[in-house]
Amino acid sequence: MATPLVVSEVFKSFTMHLRDGIKLPVINDVNFSVAGGECVVLGGPSGIGKSSILKMLYGNYAVDAGQILVNHQDRIVDIARADPRTIIDVRRHTMGYVSQFLRTVPRVPAVDVVAEPLFARGVDAAEAREKASDLLAKLNLPRELWSLPPATFSGGEQQRVNIARGFITSHRILLLDEPTASLDAVNRRVVVEMIAAKKSDGVALLGIFHDEEVREAVADRILDVLEFSPRKAAA
Amino acid sequence: MTDLATYNFAYLDEQTKRMIRRAILKAIAIPGYQVPFASREMPMPYGWGTGGVQVTAAILGPDDVLKVIDQGADDTTNAVSIRAFFQKVANVAVTTHTRDATIIQTRHRIPEEKLTEGQVLVYQVPIPEPLRFLEPRETETRKMHALEEYGLMHVKLYEDIARNGHIATTYAYPVKVAGRYVMDPSPTPKFDNPKMHMSEALQLFGAGREKRIYAVPPHTEVVSLDFEDYPFEIQKFEQPCALCGAHDVYLDEVVLDDKGGRMFVCSDTDHCEDRRDHGHAGAMLAPKKEAAE
Amino acid sequence: MTDTPLLKVGGLSKFYGSRIGCKDVSFELWPGEVLAIVGESGSGKTTLLNCLSTRLMPTTGSVEYRMRDGNFRDLYHLSEAERRFLMRTDWGFVHQNPADGLRMTVSAGANVGERLMAVGDRHYGNIRSTASDWLSRVEIGTDRIDDQPRAFSGGMRQRLQIARNLVTGPRLVFMDEPTGGLDVSVQARLLDLVRGLVNDLGLAAIVVTHDLAVARLLSHRMMVMKDGYVIEHGLTDRVLDDPREPYTQLLVSSILQV
Repeated sequence: MATPLVVSEVFKSFTMHLRDGIKLPVINDVNFSVAGGECVVLGGPSGIGKSSILKMLYGNYAVDAGQILVNHQDRIVDIARADPRTIIDVRRHTMGYVSQFLRTVPRVPAVDVVAEPLFARGVDAAEAREKASDLLAKLNLPRELWSLPPATFSGGEQQRVNIARGFITSHRILLLDEPTASLDAVNRRVVVEMIAAKKSDGVALLGIFHDEEVREAVADRILDVLEFSPRKAAA
Repeated sequence: MTDLATYNFAYLDEQTKRMIRRAILKAIAIPGYQVPFASREMPMPYGWGTGGVQVTAAILGPDDVLKVIDQGADDTTNAVSIRAFFQKVANVAVTTHTRDATIIQTRHRIPEEKLTEGQVLVYQVPIPEPLRFLEPRETETRKMHALEEYGLMHVKLYEDIARNGHIATTYAYPVKVAGRYVMDPSPTPKFDNPKMHMSEALQLFGAGREKRIYAVPPHTEVVSLDFEDYPFEIQKFEQPCALCGAHDVYLDEVVLDDKGGRMFVCSDTDHCEDRRDHGHAGAMLAPKKEAAE
Repeated sequence: MTDTPLLKVGGLSKFYGSRIGCKDVSFELWPGEVLAIVGESGSGKTTLLNCLSTRLMPTTGSVEYRMRDGNFRDLYHLSEAERRFLMRTDWGFVHQNPADGLRMTVSAGANVGERLMAVGDRHYGNIRSTASDWLSRVEIGTDRIDDQPRAFSGGMRQRLQIARNLVTGPRLVFMDEPTGGLDVSVQARLLDLVRGLVNDLGLAAIVVTHDLAVARLLSHRMMVMKDGYVIEHGLTDRVLDDPREPYTQLLVSSILQV
């Protein structure tokens, strides 16, 4: 089976047109790959471009040069060049993303927010909600919150909804941007278990974890993003 | 005087009559389609039947026998005036008997007696456009006719049922002619709509102010619009005509005094008289007529 | 992922005399996809929308639509009858001002039912129950079915307009600033509703808006227009989170943060 995710010679900079077009390099010459069943953690100080890498992989940031090759339904898709429709399809079927913050949709209950990726794939609504409920229960989200829209939830509660939403599918690639940042120790452990389960299912995981304990527990390998930093030369 | 009257037979000059006849021929060729025509000023105000008068003037010949009715009656102001007008400008024979007439000009009724081949019924039309009250733009209504977009007509009937529980439109009830054009049958009661269907007589419609002529040729399908679950129905009257005892005719209510006394009589006066002459009598018919004879 | 687009637009331009309305616009739209066209007033987005929806004749270019029989037809080679039939069955058009898209003097029920009657539905009871069903889908109380839209608030009118458009199960809906002129809270409710309907019905939609928040919530893809040209085009979150063009950066940085 092909490697689920291969990143090759990726460059990224921001051109600030509103500030006389100054060019801010973000990362240079990124090369790595993530195998199925492996959890790779991006390491390095904050502001070094870890989140930017995840966003590029997800198609959320454009790429200046290089390739981001994703094994999508038995063909290789280059996210750096794919059209929007292909990226949406990759997101729907192959690559999941758990961000730090939940972008809440007004008036949609938490259980449906979690189940939504399954709805989008055409899974039966009752079955999807049952699966969503299982995950919310596992993450210890109080049952009385399930039918409420998450907009008014606390940071930790929103985070758990977000994690459940990211983990509900059987995506072959999962990008995790500090999913445990605002969780207590009990729920951090739950997330660690969930990541371990994904690994044994053969999912390729790439994440950012500032919590050392979590990082130790899940990482197969730590990739130092400082390696790709344009500031490296200066440092 | 005589020569001039002959030259200007039936008031309109020959060029105008030819123009109107061309419009009529086109209207007959496209049943239900509103043909624009250059409506003339007539010696009467708009709303008094200038459209019908122009159509009648254009088709009238010296041998015709003319009948004019207003709300079914031969003896109301509008009918009397128009009849007198044509007697004066065309010197034609006039009658009140439906079966003797070759041309019948009407406002708001179709005679009860079945019209026959060779007769022409001329309607006076105030507003020819059935879509007008829902779509004020003439450019748009013409396009809707051209493309046969008649959904709006049913919107009107829908509103009727929603508001009243049944189709409450009782006059100017829209019809579809020959399966193609939706037409306003002028403000005749919907009671008369079935008489238009497959009529042996030629039906011509003239709208003077709106400058439109349209027609239903003899033996043409005329179907009243309706819903499957709210089919078209005509008015039913509880009692027969108080004078001639006729059932299944259109009745007018006549107030008799200021104490609530009233009677229902045939709107078609000729039909009523004819029946009485044949010995039919209603509940309120005064018996003294026989004594006088 | 279906492999045939619903709409193919090639080299579409519209000139008003020597002035550019929109210039050389090409894109494809697939079923279930929502495309936002953003830009400030005068940027050509409404001109483009009108050219796409056959409300305005483009100067050059082609707009091909995949009909229900699967064949592509150039919209500007359809007869007027075919075009109008398409517009009231397979398409919807949601105007910024609901009064432009509604019949203000007929009841809400008849407003929704009109398209059904236009395609030959002749059963009052069925038309009424379908209308009632659609009113609840757009969150208008079914007890308001016989009220005229004149008696409705702006938000309700807009929702009624949406129901009126969706009742025939169109495959493509055009929206021109659908939330313009509404209160913020009413906007949120409407957007959420539209979002749900678009997802449930698998509609393709083209939404013109100057409001980037509307674009983010509703659309998959986004085109940024300036002076009649499409200057940036891509995945909505990509355009908003990593804008490339100077004008897009200006637009994104001008969003008020609450």
